[in-house]
Amino acid sequence: MKKHLTAAILTAGLFTAATPVLAADYAIDTRGAHASVNFKVNHLGYSWVVGRFDTFTGDFSYDQADPSAAKIAVTIDTKSVNSNHAERDKHIRSKDFLEVDKYPEAKFVSTKFDSTDGQTGKLHGQFTLRGVTKDIVIDVTKVGEGKDPWGGYRAGFEGATTITMKDYGIPMDLGPQSATVELEFHIEGIKK
Amino acid sequence: MLKNSTQGYGLVSIVMHWLVALAVFSLFALGYWMVDLGYYSDWYQTAPMLHKSFGLCLFALMVFRIIWRLINPKPHGLSNHQAWEKTVAKLGHFALYAMLFVLMISGYLISTADGRAISVFGWFDVPALLSGLPQQEEIAGDIHEILAWSLIVLSAGHALAALKHHFIDKDATLNRMLKPVNSTPTRK
Repeated sequence: MKKHLTAAILTAGLFTAATPVLAADYAIDTRGAHASVNFKVNHLGYSWVVGRFDTFTGDFSYDQADPSAAKIAVTIDTKSVNSNHAERDKHIRSKDFLEVDKYPEAKFVSTKFDSTDGQTGKLHGQFTLRGVTKDIVIDVTKVGEGKDPWGGYRAGFEGATTITMKDYGIPMDLGPQSATVELEFHIEGIKK
Repeated sequence: MLKNSTQGYGLVSIVMHWLVALAVFSLFALGYWMVDLGYYSDWYQTAPMLHKSFGLCLFALMVFRIIWRLINPKPHGLSNHQAWEKTVAKLGHFALYAMLFVLMISGYLISTADGRAISVFGWFDVPALLSGLPQQEEIAGDIHEILAWSLIVLSAGHALAALKHHFIDKDATLNRMLKPVNSTPTRK
């Protein structure tokens, strides 16, 4: 019985794979850490503080033949913020910034992908941070896709956008040079 | 004069007691104030540096205070003290010491959670001994905050008890912590 079911699923999978217009589903490779959600905030106008969110999950679907159908949803564990400085990370988790006890998750859910060639494009979507949801646009560039050496199939993208802290109700004022956060995403997915 | 006797406290114990009291209340006020400083305040870097430096000095003082307590005669309780007063005082004093140590250690664990050393007034570094525990700075931070408030409440109770002995019972409890005992043990 189980064998039959597996065979049926495999057959269905083959048919799906053979149909080019259907977008393929990918799981973001967080297990292998071939993906990262990074951020950068200007320090006093003199340099940059760089950090990342160590924990997040997400899926996307993408097909080179039909890029406008691409979709992605990413959920970020705000507690996992890591700027390589425990005291600062504690401060970022506090009420002054992300208030992670109350808002343990940040989320991005795409609404549309404007791209003619599937290589570069503008990814529109809703970003939720600190309980505030806003429409943002992420500039996306496809890095590449193809078979990996271990029998899987991968596709990867990078994206960047800038958000303003005040828009999301972050009360701490770091000065005029540091009002925004540059977000940078490196997303590699393994085809499901 | 310097050492304790069975009749009362010596100068060293008395000075340490009041230094610790001053340090505890100052560090509490400094800590309470510094966490809400604006990023462009002149004190944004200095206040935490002073808090950590004085905190580590207090730790050293407390270690010496324990040693001093162990190598000195123990002053007897006053004869007019009730048995229950002695028991409560003993528990209270133990709690003050224990809370203060856990408070200082938790503060140390916040700043050293990522393996960074703590600089004491820029003179020397106290290295991180325990770092990288899961959520170390968050858990240590919660403990530090709760214990800071608890210690202030308990210290206030300690002070009120001393005032009660001084003004209501009119005994020598508070005076013993103000005037060093004379080396001649016959005086009361």
